[in-house]
Formats: sequence, structure tokens, C-alpha cells
Amino acid sequence: MNGIIQLSPLDLSFAALLILALAGLSFRLRLGLEKRILISAARTVIQLTLIGFVLKALFAHVQFGWISLMALVMLLAAGYEVTSRQKHKLRGGWGFGIGTTSMFISAFTVTVFALAVIIGPEPWYAPRYAVPLLGMLLGNTMNGISLSVNHLTQNMRSQRAIIETRLALGQTKSEAIADIRRESIRTGLIPIINAMAAAGIVSLPGMMTGQILAGNLPVDAVKYQIMIMFMVSAGTGFGTLAAIWMTSHRLFDDRDRLRLDRLNI
Amino acid sequence: MARLSTEGLRTQVGGPFSFSVERGECLALSGPSGCGKTLLLRALADLDPAEGTVLLDGENRNAMTAPQWRMKVGWLPAESAWWSEMVGDHFRGQRSDIRGQQLPSIGKDETLATRSAVPQRSCLERLGFGEDVMSWRIERLSTGEKQRLALFRLLLNEPQVLLLDEPTAALDVSNVWKTEEVISEYRKLTGAAVLWVSHNPEQIARVADRHLMFKNGGLEAVE
Repeated sequence: MNGIIQLSPLDLSFAALLILALAGLSFRLRLGLEKRILISAARTVIQLTLIGFVLKALFAHVQFGWISLMALVMLLAAGYEVTSRQKHKLRGGWGFGIGTTSMFISAFTVTVFALAVIIGPEPWYAPRYAVPLLGMLLGNTMNGISLSVNHLTQNMRSQRAIIETRLALGQTKSEAIADIRRESIRTGLIPIINAMAAAGIVSLPGMMTGQILAGNLPVDAVKYQIMIMFMVSAGTGFGTLAAIWMTSHRLFDDRDRLRLDRLNI
Repeated sequence: MARLSTEGLRTQVGGPFSFSVERGECLALSGPSGCGKTLLLRALADLDPAEGTVLLDGENRNAMTAPQWRMKVGWLPAESAWWSEMVGDHFRGQRSDIRGQQLPSIGKDETLATRSAVPQRSCLERLGFGEDVMSWRIERLSTGEKQRLALFRLLLNEPQVLLLDEPTAALDVSNVWKTEEVISEYRKLTGAAVLWVSHNPEQIARVADRHLMFKNGGLEAVE
């Protein structure tokens, strides 16, 4: 952590000037976004400051219980976020349950794997590694999962006649939605596959940039970034498969009937 | 024993319905739109959750899986649905039947060829299609062609009960007759029971042995 130039509140206020300028521009051009820009900017300051203090306290007292609580809160927030992005949610807590379970698979298990098998800090739940890693995986796998589930529910709604015709011809529920399922999984996975292909050429990923700014050797930062990309891609894949499997099963009943009534309109 | 019988079947808008259809019998159903004709067919095909029992040759539908039931009790929706680019894609797994292009076989080893005295003309041909239809693109089909192909697709499953929801609604007169002929021949050869929803009294008089009409959420016999 040597060599990084400290930012003072004054430095940040210069950056804030740019946001103010943007809000002013939005006002002049009647984009109607100025209020949202300012509120969101304020949320950034407050939320990040708070998490800064939380992490400081967590790093000072490395206790498994507190770290687990933190991880649980992050997981539930991610589950909520995945659900709230759906145009048509499953009724009665199923959406949240499936969202959280898939995020658990995509981010939680993969983080534990990375900590225990790959990085191996002492103790394995050392918050300096565990919290940023979990955060990055939650944030980056969320997109794929919510995209794919959204694709699934929207297409099952719009292709109701097709699904029921296939059922009426004697196909099972899995056969009747095989195409939709496949397309939904692809929708969730394509962005992260593209991100892997573009890494380093089109984009310099944030984690690597951060490590370089913090004074690490670029070659070391790259190694971490490669690991993160692989974790995120694998996590997105497993999480998407689980979310699609669970959601599509929930939309049929035990007699292979399509049950769109289990979705909110 | 009745081919299809139902006791106390309730749909979202009507019932309880209790009636039965004999082997080879054609029962016409009619009533104003929105009276629940389609819902009744869907409930019989086990596509909507519904109270009541439904028996096929005395066997309860819950004794078999839903896909098995729907193979035997085939529902033809009013509007046909297609999910792939080519016509043939929708007939996968039924290739051998298509190659023969006969009316589907009747018993295990009886086919139209052994049972019918009628000159052999393929089912597809009688519905107005050539052999090349399987390589057509779906977008090329008219609504009426889709409706007739959907019937062919259903018959290849060799259902023992046909639930037909206005199967000739989109067809011109000559195709209406062809389709009625194919259905009634299938019924006679296989002993399938047919439930035929129709708005057309003349058609009902032509094809049906019995006629039930929706009234006040129930069914009433029409003489």
C-alpha cells in the first residue's frame, strides 16, 4: 500500500464539480435527470463512506461471525437486486428465494473456492480478501442471472401458445421449453464471454486498475484479474443455469401444466 | 365402457360437467363465445388445473403421466402454433410415419392399408399437400394450411380422443370438406372419440352423432 497518493476531501470536491456541471447541463437541456444525478451522487458518497468504516472495523477485528454477517447482508441485497430487475416476478417470495440461491451458487461458493483453494490467506476468511472478492463476484454475476431469468419469463409469457401446443402433443415440460431455456442461458452468458474476449484490449478491468494505482506491479495485478475473470465467468454460468432451472420448474406444476399464474403481471 | 368419460369436471367459468363419449362417437359442442368451450377442452387435455375425474377407457388420467395422457387425448387448439423455421422440424421423432404418409396406424400391427378398402391416398395428400410440404418454410403457410398441418401433426400421435377446437374455422369450403372427411375416417378406423367445437349448425349436422350446448355454465343436449 505504499506510494499511493492520498486524496483529500478537497480533491474529491473537484470531482464533485464535474457532477454539478453535469446536473447543470441536464437542467439547461431539460433532460429532467438533474435530481436523479444529484441524489445518486449523494448515495455514492454516503454508501461508500459507510462501507469504508464497516470494512475498517472488520479489518481491525478479524472475527468469523462478523464477516459472515457482512457476507449474508451482501448476499441478500444481491438476491433482492436480481429480483427487483425482473419485469415479471414469481409470486410469493419465490423470485427472491431463487435469486438469492443462484447468487449463493454464483458468488458465494465460488468465493469460498477462490479463498480456500487458490489464494489461501490466513485465516481463509481474512476480510481483506474475502469481502472485495465476494463483492466483485456478486456485482458481476448479478447481471447475467437477472438478464437470463428476465429473458426466460418474458419468453414463456409471449410463447405460451407454442409451449402449450408442444405439451398438447405429448412433450414434457423440459422438451416444450428447451429452446427458450437455451436462449435464456445464452442471453445470460454472452456478455461475460464477450467481456473475457475484450479484456485488456477494449477495457482495463477495474480491479486491475485499482491494484496498479495502489502501486502493485502490473504483472501481479494481471494475475489477479485473470483469476477474477475466470471466477466471474464460471460463477455467472453456474448461477444462470441454477436460476433458469429453478424458475422454469416453478412455472410448471406436477402435471406438466404451464402455470403463468405464478408470475406477477 | 365409454372411451372418454368425465365426472364433476369444473373449469374456471363452468361446470361441473359430467358426460361421456363412446368409441368412435363424435360429440359436437357449441355455445356463445366466452362460454368456456375452450376451457373445457383444455381441462380434458389436463392443461389447466381442474377438479373432477376424467377417465379414458375407464382408466383415470392420474394413473399416467401428463405427457402420456396428452398423447392419447389430443387437443387441437383453435390457433395452431409453430416454433421452428421448417415444417418438417415440427414432425421430428415421427419420421417413420411421415415417410409412409398414411393415416396413422390403428392397432399395434394394423394400419390403414390392412383395414381400409378405400384406395390408398396419404393423409397429407387428402389434406391438400404434396410430399414436399415438410421442406417448406413456416412463414410460407397460410392460416388455413397451418390449421390442416396442425391436424396432421396431431393425428400422427394416434390419439384415442380428439379434442378439436373449431378445426375448420380458417378453411375454405373445399378444404372444410376434405378435413371433415379425414377426421371422420380417422374416427371410424381407430375408434377414436371426437369432441368437436363448432359454431356452424350445418357442420354439426354433417359430422356429429350427438350435440351438447353450453347453457348457464352447464351442458344441455340438443335434439
